[in-house]
Amino acid sequence: MFCDVCGKNPATVHLTEIIDEQMNELHLCEDCARHKSAAMEQQFGLSDLLAGMADFEKPNKDEEVVTAKCPSCGLTYADFKKIGRLGCGECYNTFRQYLAPLLKRIHGSNQHVGKSPLKTKTKPAGQALVPKNKTDLQELKDKLQKAIEKEAFEEAAQLRDQIKEIEKK
Amino acid sequence: MQINDLLNHTSEWLKGTGPNSDIVISSRIRLARNLSKFPFPHWASSAQLDEILAKTSNAMANIDMLKSSTFFRLADLDVIDKQFLVERHLMSIEHSQKTEQKAVLVDDEEIIAVMVNEEDHLRIQLMQSGFNLFEARNIINRIDDALAKILDFAYLADFGYLTACPTNTGTGMRGSVMLHLPALVMSRQIERVLAAIAKLSFTTRGLYGEGTQASGNFFQISNQVSLGHGEDEIIENINGLIRQIIEQETQAREILLSKSREVLEDRINRSLGILKSARIITSQETIELLSMVRLGSDLGMVKDINRRTINELFIITQPAHLQKLENKKLSPQERDLKRAQLIRKKLNLLET
Repeated sequence: MFCDVCGKNPATVHLTEIIDEQMNELHLCEDCARHKSAAMEQQFGLSDLLAGMADFEKPNKDEEVVTAKCPSCGLTYADFKKIGRLGCGECYNTFRQYLAPLLKRIHGSNQHVGKSPLKTKTKPAGQALVPKNKTDLQELKDKLQKAIEKEAFEEAAQLRDQIKEIEKK
Repeated sequence: MQINDLLNHTSEWLKGTGPNSDIVISSRIRLARNLSKFPFPHWASSAQLDEILAKTSNAMANIDMLKSSTFFRLADLDVIDKQFLVERHLMSIEHSQKTEQKAVLVDDEEIIAVMVNEEDHLRIQLMQSGFNLFEARNIINRIDDALAKILDFAYLADFGYLTACPTNTGTGMRGSVMLHLPALVMSRQIERVLAAIAKLSFTTRGLYGEGTQASGNFFQISNQVSLGHGEDEIIENINGLIRQIIEQETQAREILLSKSREVLEDRINRSLGILKSARIITSQETIELLSMVRLGSDLGMVKDINRRTINELFIITQPAHLQKLENKKLSPQERDLKRAQLIRKKLNLLET
């Protein structure tokens, strides 16, 4: 079988395209397939999709959004809309008001509830290799001790319950 | 370790062991992490990328869990070596392109792989054979903790871990499970299952991740949401979903066995027959036929070929693996000949 595009080389890449509910099968040689995939990426990439989503966030003043610029890396919101990627961690602070609703649309939430690198850092060295439950347990026990010391009994009671929960496992 | 050493090693994900390994090929978790104070790779200068590479490789060299691993700079590898790593699921297709200042760390057992300067500064991957997400989560969590002691990760209390693409923000975690679902495909129930998966905010991909089509009845299912749920909750959600899919596939296999045993036996043995006698075969056809033989082995219809041999054939018949085995560049036509030869040799050897 020869390539559908150039008709010269044997077809080694087989592609199924769906356009307007019409299914097309294409048989291409390596060279033509490479051209084709480059063209497809230009047509429709993830960055367009994200940029499209970001477009919903149009606030009242268009100008302000486009020119808003991250002081740390220099990326503008217009850049983000074009490439679908942020420039650095600081961008999340800079564009917070636009990103918060965008994140909510993507994930259904914009409030992180998972682990934090800060907690890890404050643990004494050498504990990282202990299974998670054990480090958590020690951390909770320390907190409980402190809570009792400062007579914060409500907090202490909660901590005690959490510790029991882990020890049960 | 050299790249060539991997050629004689069985990747963790192809061992064919672990819980539910008749249906689940492998479980994988990856974490996206970025250094604070540095732009994300696509936005960083060449000097900054060098600095990120130096900082992360130094940090990894100081971690006990990563002691028996090798750090490959992609600029030092040729095209076939890079494709070889992609075929072994040690890095993404995206990572194998524009490779200046990119690197990948691979541990000797091929359980851990860390891509440096892919879409994020670090993409840490943990692979387990079979259905074993919790074990994967345990190990990767310890690696992450050890790295966080040395490196400052970009993080905000409300948005979590910060990533180049907002789709990964939060936990930066993606869990995925590779499934072999031939009975659901044959009984035409797969569309219904995939539609349900999509509704629950999970994605389905092919063997080689983003943008690849499902082939040979293999499906990779992963979570889409990374923000607003804790790591354990995300893992438990995928786990619950996979458990249901395993159950459905098991039922579909039982129904096929009781209602159309002869047809199934015919298809499986024909597939094996083609593999044992073909002179020219593409990698696509190989995957499809091997999928049937694997099902035959799971159901006890194919007795003399074990799962590990079938898994091994899946990988060594891939283009870059074939070329490494032959130790030279082969055109697609030459590969189809060599592939058929290799499969005949492996399968006919087993028959005495």
